[in-house]
Amino acid sequence: MENKKVIEALKKTFPEKVTEIPDRLGDTIVRIEKDALLNIMEFLKNRPCEFTMLLDLTCVDYLSSKGCFEMVYHLFSISSNNRIRIKTEVRKNELDIDSLSDLWKNTNWLEREVFDMFGINFKGHPDMRRLFMYEGFEGYPLRKDYPLRKRQPKIPLRRLT
Amino acid sequence: MTRIQKEASKESLLINMGPSHPAMHGTIRIMLELDGEVVRNSEVEVGYLHRGFEKTCEHKTYFNLLPYTDRLNYVSPLINNLGYVMTMEKMLEIEAPERAQYIRVIMSEFSRVSDHLTALAAMTMECGAFTVFLYYIQAREEIWNFIEQTTGARMTTSYIRIGGVRADLHPDFKGLMDKAMKVTRRVLKDVKGLLDKNKIWIDRTRDIAVVNPEMAVNYGFTGPCLRASGVSYDVRKAHPYLVYDQLEFEVPLGDKGDNFDRYMVRMKEMEQSLRIIEQAVEKMPDSASRAGLMVKGIEPDEAIKASRSKKAEERVNLSPNLQGSEKDVRPDILVKGKKYTVPPKEDTYTNIEGLINHFKFFMSGHGIRPPKGDVYFSVEGGNGELGFYIVSDGTDNPYRLHLRAPCLHIVSALEEMIKGHYIADIIPTFGSTNMIGGELDR
Repeated sequence: MENKKVIEALKKTFPEKVTEIPDRLGDTIVRIEKDALLNIMEFLKNRPCEFTMLLDLTCVDYLSSKGCFEMVYHLFSISSNNRIRIKTEVRKNELDIDSLSDLWKNTNWLEREVFDMFGINFKGHPDMRRLFMYEGFEGYPLRKDYPLRKRQPKIPLRRLT
Repeated sequence: MTRIQKEASKESLLINMGPSHPAMHGTIRIMLELDGEVVRNSEVEVGYLHRGFEKTCEHKTYFNLLPYTDRLNYVSPLINNLGYVMTMEKMLEIEAPERAQYIRVIMSEFSRVSDHLTALAAMTMECGAFTVFLYYIQAREEIWNFIEQTTGARMTTSYIRIGGVRADLHPDFKGLMDKAMKVTRRVLKDVKGLLDKNKIWIDRTRDIAVVNPEMAVNYGFTGPCLRASGVSYDVRKAHPYLVYDQLEFEVPLGDKGDNFDRYMVRMKEMEQSLRIIEQAVEKMPDSASRAGLMVKGIEPDEAIKASRSKKAEERVNLSPNLQGSEKDVRPDILVKGKKYTVPPKEDTYTNIEGLINHFKFFMSGHGIRPPKGDVYFSVEGGNGELGFYIVSDGTDNPYRLHLRAPCLHIVSALEEMIKGHYIADIIPTFGSTNMIGGELDR
């Protein structure tokens, strides 16, 4: 299914939840409402859209300018060879979003990474822990207010019981 | 308490593999719940090589952060350069000259071969095939000799630049290139003879860690691991970049998705890469200045002296390679315009406009400033789809730079892949995923 048709179908099924963002470089970008994330992703993954692969999932910090984080999902459809970028806002006062772990298994680590780096909580994630940083690390390093050269005290060695 | 410590049953044995373990190349920790020798359950812990790549990049200019991309996948640094640079070129809407594109293809295919060679070398050595390991490394050595001759470095090349490449191919590149191709072809043939019908190798790899196509797609596998499961997706074919659409090559597929298929697909891909290189060298347009390189110019100190009284017009006699008299070569290998590339050294050292351009390029707040917006672009790396997602806010450093690391997705499936197999099978399975710490942990 071509991307144009996908967007039409999206707008038809989820009116008021979906807006298309024009892109000067020709990528397909769609902005959606956070509460419809799970339904929209499920719709995109299944027929007829068939975006079966989640290429990437990441987050961008706009706290200082817009007061929110922006989640960015890249989906890919092997059958139609199309990519689509889905964006949704996570407001500062409610830092949680639905986990996509039922749809794609690689979200397990990708969402842990976003939790680790930005402190966004994923509802329904089976194992919400830090991925790269260690237990006991304080703060969220990829947020803009985290200083580049900040050092954290060494944590004492733990005794395994 | 880690997850597995909570979940493990009382009767089973918990064992820690890594992060410092000879078979855990790079640093990764696998905690195993064992029933005798069989893995009942496992937990993979990563992050031991986390260097804050993305955070660092946010504080560097677009030009300055290029060397950091070398250090992502350190066995195929040129492809990492290419991925970042092509993303930037998409954002800036510029295109490298044709000769530069062919040079990029040659370099990235050689990198792919060296990546596959390293992956398979590690995998086979850990199964006891030390001869094969030495053969593979010998071929990689020849490839790196060729890369070193042109780029000046074996691993941390920083050779592919925004707008083109840093320097033209070395005048005598054909000699080392032919040698690298010959040695690689011979090694591939020898290894085929040693392994393809070897009972021990087949017993160790066939039907182990089978990944079916649905699982591979669901986990976001790309590259050789996805193709070993029989899904035909190669970025070079699906979204052709550079001149890949003008070159002929096949995308080899596996049928079972086990360790043997992942080995086989890599072997076949290397042959295809060599094929691509041969065609690229054949089709590459000649450098217009090739003859001009041999013309003698004046010595640099004379040029500086001369430039004090009048604008220097003569050719300066610098090394023909990296830091060289580059003005003549540049139209072939770099995009036009002072906005995106470092001005030629002759100009910087001998006239005031050149110096100002140089200064403006490197001064913070000036340099390369792409328009506001975000962009995603990916190339076919050694491990799979290597994508960069860059958000620009109009200044000279990226607002956000995210790397789609292909092996993160593959290693995240490791727990499921080794479940129910023996401890000894973990090692070839882990080898076949070709985990690269620098890229996974960033």
